[in-house]
Amino acid sequence: MTENLTPNPVGKSVRRVDAFDKVTGAAEFTDDLQFGPGLLYGHIVRSPHPHALIKKLDASKALAHPGVKAVVTGEDTPGFIGLYLQDRHIFCTDRVRYVGDPVAGVVAVSEDIADQAAQLVEVEYELLPAVVDPLQAAQPDAPLLHPDMASYEAVPFIFPQPGTNVSNVFRVRKGDPEAAWEQCDAVIEGEFRVPHIQHVPIEPHVAISRWDPSGEVTLWSSTQSPFAQRDLIAKTLGVSQGDMRVIGNYIGGGFGAKAGVSMEALVVAMARKVQGRPVKLRVTREEEFFCCFVRQGLAAKVKIGGTKEGKILALQVEYYWDAGAYTEYGVNITRASGYSSTGPYRIPNVKTDSYCLYTNHPVGGPMRGFGMPEIHWSIEQSVSRLAEALGLDAVEFRLKNCLRGGDTIVTGMKMHPMGLDDCIQKVADAVEWGQESPPSAPHKRRGKGVAACWKAPAMPPNPGSEAWVRFNEDATLSVGLGGQELGQGTFTVSAQMAAEALGLPFEWVRISRPLDTKYSPYEWQTVASRLTWSMGNAIKAAALDARRQILEIVAQYWDEDKDDLDIRAGEVVSYKSERSLSLKNMVVYGLPLPDDEGWIGGPIMGRGKFMPSYVTSLDPETGQGKRAVVHYTTGAQAVELEVDTETGQVEILRLAAAYDVGKAINPELVLAQIEGGVVQGASSALLEELKLVDGQPVNPSFTDYRIMTAVDAPRKILGEYVEVPQDDGPWGARGVGEHPMIATAPAIANAIYDALGVRFNEMPLTAERIFMALQE
Amino acid sequence: MTRHTINLSVNGVREYAEVPSHWTLLKLLREGLAITGTKNGCEAGECGACTVLMDGEPVNSCMVLAVEADGAEILTVEGLARDGKLNALQQAFVDEGAVQCGFCTPGVLLTAGALLERVANPSEDEIREALVGNLCRCTGYTRIVQAVQKAASEGIGG
Repeated sequence: MTENLTPNPVGKSVRRVDAFDKVTGAAEFTDDLQFGPGLLYGHIVRSPHPHALIKKLDASKALAHPGVKAVVTGEDTPGFIGLYLQDRHIFCTDRVRYVGDPVAGVVAVSEDIADQAAQLVEVEYELLPAVVDPLQAAQPDAPLLHPDMASYEAVPFIFPQPGTNVSNVFRVRKGDPEAAWEQCDAVIEGEFRVPHIQHVPIEPHVAISRWDPSGEVTLWSSTQSPFAQRDLIAKTLGVSQGDMRVIGNYIGGGFGAKAGVSMEALVVAMARKVQGRPVKLRVTREEEFFCCFVRQGLAAKVKIGGTKEGKILALQVEYYWDAGAYTEYGVNITRASGYSSTGPYRIPNVKTDSYCLYTNHPVGGPMRGFGMPEIHWSIEQSVSRLAEALGLDAVEFRLKNCLRGGDTIVTGMKMHPMGLDDCIQKVADAVEWGQESPPSAPHKRRGKGVAACWKAPAMPPNPGSEAWVRFNEDATLSVGLGGQELGQGTFTVSAQMAAEALGLPFEWVRISRPLDTKYSPYEWQTVASRLTWSMGNAIKAAALDARRQILEIVAQYWDEDKDDLDIRAGEVVSYKSERSLSLKNMVVYGLPLPDDEGWIGGPIMGRGKFMPSYVTSLDPETGQGKRAVVHYTTGAQAVELEVDTETGQVEILRLAAAYDVGKAINPELVLAQIEGGVVQGASSALLEELKLVDGQPVNPSFTDYRIMTAVDAPRKILGEYVEVPQDDGPWGARGVGEHPMIATAPAIANAIYDALGVRFNEMPLTAERIFMALQE
Repeated sequence: MTRHTINLSVNGVREYAEVPSHWTLLKLLREGLAITGTKNGCEAGECGACTVLMDGEPVNSCMVLAVEADGAEILTVEGLARDGKLNALQQAFVDEGAVQCGFCTPGVLLTAGALLERVANPSEDEIREALVGNLCRCTGYTRIVQAVQKAASEGIGG
């Protein structure tokens, strides 16, 4: 502990605290946990049909199969589950709504036997007409997926429309777009499509559950949301949250797929039938593609107009979200896309209608960007088209219209200080915007494109964070937190913030993991790019609380004023008397008073919490309100690429991305998020689509659903950040985990247009799609 | 169910197991021997998370039957560090920030290590080609490539 100590680590690119375990194989992921020979295994019987009534279910043959311990069906799980809208049974009861909908769960002594027995569960279906497109779902005569919608419970800011397939609607009515069109020198209209894609964490979902005779229920799961899983599953199964324990080890990628509850409730319900025995459920890669969460599809209609002076005057958008069979989480994507529907621009006249539609597609859930990559696909192409129609440069046009601190945004909220204009300028400079370079071969074409973006954490108004810090005898500090390490580096950043606030070297901090709802402090969910900001505030508060306690004790011990004292590099120092005292031992054992008068102090434990207190609701008719969100992170991307006109293949030559992160707590981790997000965005733009034919997924494997490999990924990623502080962020920080994925696809589409003069309104921009377009 | 006796070496340690015919090397390692550093990402030979070295060659251990590994020498991620000291490639992954969620990392380290055994100073193209079978969803690959280059420049293979 003496070598290479890092005092004041905030703002420094310290090494990740989890890296050693991850390069040695020591990092424990959920499937690595050992449960001994008592472990049972589950297998899920899933619907082969996109929409059908369950007429009969007979599990007797499966139950009679040697080695089978239990079969669970919808009869065992009558309640509803859901984060924002409770519209989902754990196991289907009377009907199935997507290919993959769970109808039964078999528990057996081995995975092989569970698989075999699952084949013996007999289910009789009566097929119903399927709804496989969001515009079809919105028709008044469309088959209804949820006839009982009127009885579903929803949070107050979600508005289901019983008797239709609309599970939420969000509207903006601002200014007078109809009158404004008249004043526009150019008006652009377009219809855009974004297909379902999948998160593709390299670790598929896995969970183990055990019910103890005492009534305590334990769930070990690969999860971004141990506390949300505790709350939702406990409520649905009638268990006290105090008796429900969720343990979250390292997770092999999340990207939103492992937020909320997807397959975890299944295994808890299965374990209930075999009390005392742990039951493990692993989804296969094939199941991962369509049986947990997918990204929602989107059909968007956009109309945007501006003046020849370069001012955007009006915007009208309709978003039809293909939200899948259950929209318990997706309803809030619809809302977020509505209140952010303008993109990061000042637009005085806005009409927005955002609809969440049930379809017989896989369950749409949160995915990195939470609706923003999808809507920016349409907004940012439309903005570039409008600039072109007005004869203006795409970068200049964005600089002219982009939001600045103090502006009023689409919902009426006042924008906080931020540096979007700086980001746009930085990425334009990085790709030498305005300068042309010749293609590498005669049959290739080069182009450049730009896109800006914004995203706010989309969440309830009151998601809380809690933290504690606790000293060990040698003055190392254990930090308790409830936010999950998904790979984004939150454990490292948390350790940096705790060390900085307390005055310890970074190397003295230990993160208390794995997460365990029985011992870890509360955290709503690891989603929405909210941890650095929200959990960071809680950790900072906990560290400052411990610091205050230490200074009070030492002040009394030295008979000095605590305002003259400080903690630096693990020592209490007095600026007045120039005394110093090591934290070792005193942070647990306290200090002896002079003349054998006894002792003061004792084990130091600091606690902190954070919850935003200022978020207000929005008017359901106009979408206007005082403050809809906590803040926005903004940024921009620019790309230079080359298209091979003989094959349709796109090569990204350089891709610049810049975000205003408020304060980079760990600059290299910020850049790592940018690089990874950009590649995930580029992969979605060029390669990815979960293909569904009449509701049947046809490409659920890595052979048929390609994600970018090391060969495909752009090589030159130019990441940058600017730092305009967030007033309520720790050291001014705000989140950036999701944002790098948002602007990538539209920037690429704009660059392809620049290269070829062809617009693509539908993703992905596969070589085939580009080649076919060039033949027309 | 027929069971087969398997003798093999894992990270230099002799191991013995009795396994059913259909068990893969991946299952033998993870469930038979509880050596869990090797990860299961698809069980279809497509993601590379389960890559191990078998007699020095990278293989998807989910595509190798355990019986085929009888008598083989297997190297997994647990065998890379010696006495708690990381090898040059592991250290480069830590230093360059080439690790995020860490689930692809074991397979990537073994594939990249095998490349450096074969080619002392690989080009960026060679590194990316070698890693084409190891999917990573977090990093965008940039820092992985940089880490392999760094380890190579220090002249020390996997």
